[in-house]
Amino acid sequence: MEIRVEKIRKEFDLYPALHDVSLKIESGELIALLGPSGSGKTTLLRLIAGLEQPTLGRIFFGEEDASYKTVQERNVGFVFQHYALFRHMNVAQNVAFGLTVRPRHQRPPKAEIRRRALELLDMMQLTGLEKRFPNQLSGGQRQRVALARAMAIEPRVLLLDEPFGALDAKVRKELRRWLREFHDRTGHTTVFVTHDQEEALELADRVVVMSQGKIEQVGSSDDVYDRPNSPFVFSFIGESANLPVSVIDGTVHFHGQSTGLAAQRDGEAHLFFRPQDVSLVEEGPGLSGPVTSSRRLAGTRIAEVELGSAKSPCHVEIEVPLDASVSNGTTLAFRPTRWKLFY
Amino acid sequence: MASARSAARWHWKTPSVIPGFGLTLGFTLAYLTLIILIPLAGLAWRSASLGWSDFVRLVLDPRTLGALKVSFSTALIAAVVNVIFGVVTAWVLVRYNFPGRRIVDAIVDLPFAIPTAVAGIALTAIYAPNGLLGSHLAPLGIKVAYTPLGIIVALIAIGLPFVVRTVQPVMQEISREVEEAAASLGASRLQTIFRVILPGLTPAILTGFALALARGIGEYGSVIFIAGNIPFVSEIAPLLIVIRLEEFDYGAATAIATVMLVISFLMLFLINFIQAWSRRRFGHAQ
Repeated sequence: MEIRVEKIRKEFDLYPALHDVSLKIESGELIALLGPSGSGKTTLLRLIAGLEQPTLGRIFFGEEDASYKTVQERNVGFVFQHYALFRHMNVAQNVAFGLTVRPRHQRPPKAEIRRRALELLDMMQLTGLEKRFPNQLSGGQRQRVALARAMAIEPRVLLLDEPFGALDAKVRKELRRWLREFHDRTGHTTVFVTHDQEEALELADRVVVMSQGKIEQVGSSDDVYDRPNSPFVFSFIGESANLPVSVIDGTVHFHGQSTGLAAQRDGEAHLFFRPQDVSLVEEGPGLSGPVTSSRRLAGTRIAEVELGSAKSPCHVEIEVPLDASVSNGTTLAFRPTRWKLFY
Repeated sequence: MASARSAARWHWKTPSVIPGFGLTLGFTLAYLTLIILIPLAGLAWRSASLGWSDFVRLVLDPRTLGALKVSFSTALIAAVVNVIFGVVTAWVLVRYNFPGRRIVDAIVDLPFAIPTAVAGIALTAIYAPNGLLGSHLAPLGIKVAYTPLGIIVALIAIGLPFVVRTVQPVMQEISREVEEAAASLGASRLQTIFRVILPGLTPAILTGFALALARGIGEYGSVIFIAGNIPFVSEIAPLLIVIRLEEFDYGAATAIATVMLVISFLMLFLINFIQAWSRRRFGHAQ
């Protein structure tokens, strides 16, 4: 099911949580809403689900305007961070709930409901646990029950709100891979919210980066990592350094010194680059300063270099070859090989 | 031998890193003995001295049976009514924010605080045939004061806080997400209430019911003013005990008291049993 969000605005007590957000989600896509807390990502997900009503704007499910439909009418599968299982029902009853509350003429017969619940539990690798109560399950099992429960109503779209947020690192990794496989097998349109960029980049076909109630960038993992289109995305996704520079005569200058980088437009700007996208230079223009600390990080070495004047120093971290001799106080000169200017 | 004994001891005495089990259990037992068990044992002793045939004769006295019937039936009806209104009141207090919510919250506790006689006199004044509400009910043929209905009204007033205060904190813990999950699965509001929210509240509701019922059975002060105290119709067992005492018929008084005690204990025991079962059933066992 294709979903279109058109110029959605949402205010809570006159405080805007979303500013005129538009987004198109393709059918069968696995898409991540990524952003820091307060960026509006959960609000957007809840608006799509119908758990919130928009202040302005419209939401389409396919060709159908679903903006003011209730959550019951929208037929979405929603998975909550803290599972929200019904603790007085056993696993099978939880999964079957969506079918048993249907009006009589739409409700499948009892045996059919049970068969479908067991089939879903089998698919979620929860066979044999159908008689357990939620408080007798581990976190990862609970979240899979929640997913089975959401899938039981054959939803048009699957929405997950920080689905792995409450789990420990190992289980989170397992479930992440498992969700990807599950999505590839079933092909459901899936939207999930996360503040974990690693999770978003690894799992999603496309990532929607959000900040302060706006969408900053929509794109594949490569797009948002390699071609960030705003200072926020550059600093939010991955490691990056940010220097205040000025472009004079087509060359980027830092503290009055040429860096040897060419730019199109003159003026004040911010230079962004990633720690690994630098090369050390022996001579010629570049950035240079004393090393203030260095540390070994798995297969690489990271050096922190102090740039600029002693009065207003800028500390940046760069990756240096493992065999480079860096000790505190030695001067390093380098030039970014991939970089971006934001005016 | 010694090690076997110490192992047995440890089995009996729950090992815990927090010290004080022996002290607190000892204190609890001493306290219960002094305050509850000794007086009740005295009661049983006294009624036992009656002899079996006298005891049976006193208990099966029609007036005694009538009073017991009035006491237990009115307390039961009032507790059932209180469960319904108590849950609704708790719901309003937990779920909605409205001007004066804190005042309403405080009013719920008033029946705990005011002397029960005051409550009884106030209710009588209002529900008497010439009272504020009674005068409007009288033309409809509804008599509240001086009938069993009056007793029920008084017991509802006295028992309400028990249900509200036991259900409210549990209701507060029900997360919004559970209701949203039910809605996203297609459940209507009513289905959500009856299939998701209320089953989760069952143990708390049962506790509130048991407390309100127990209080209603023993209530004396407020009831005697509104009941009219007509033997066989609206005379409650606690009042009959007082009447027997005033007649210096201590044997009859203790016999009635013993029967009330036994029935109350059995009822509370049964409710506790149901509660334990529903806790297990509804997964609060942790």
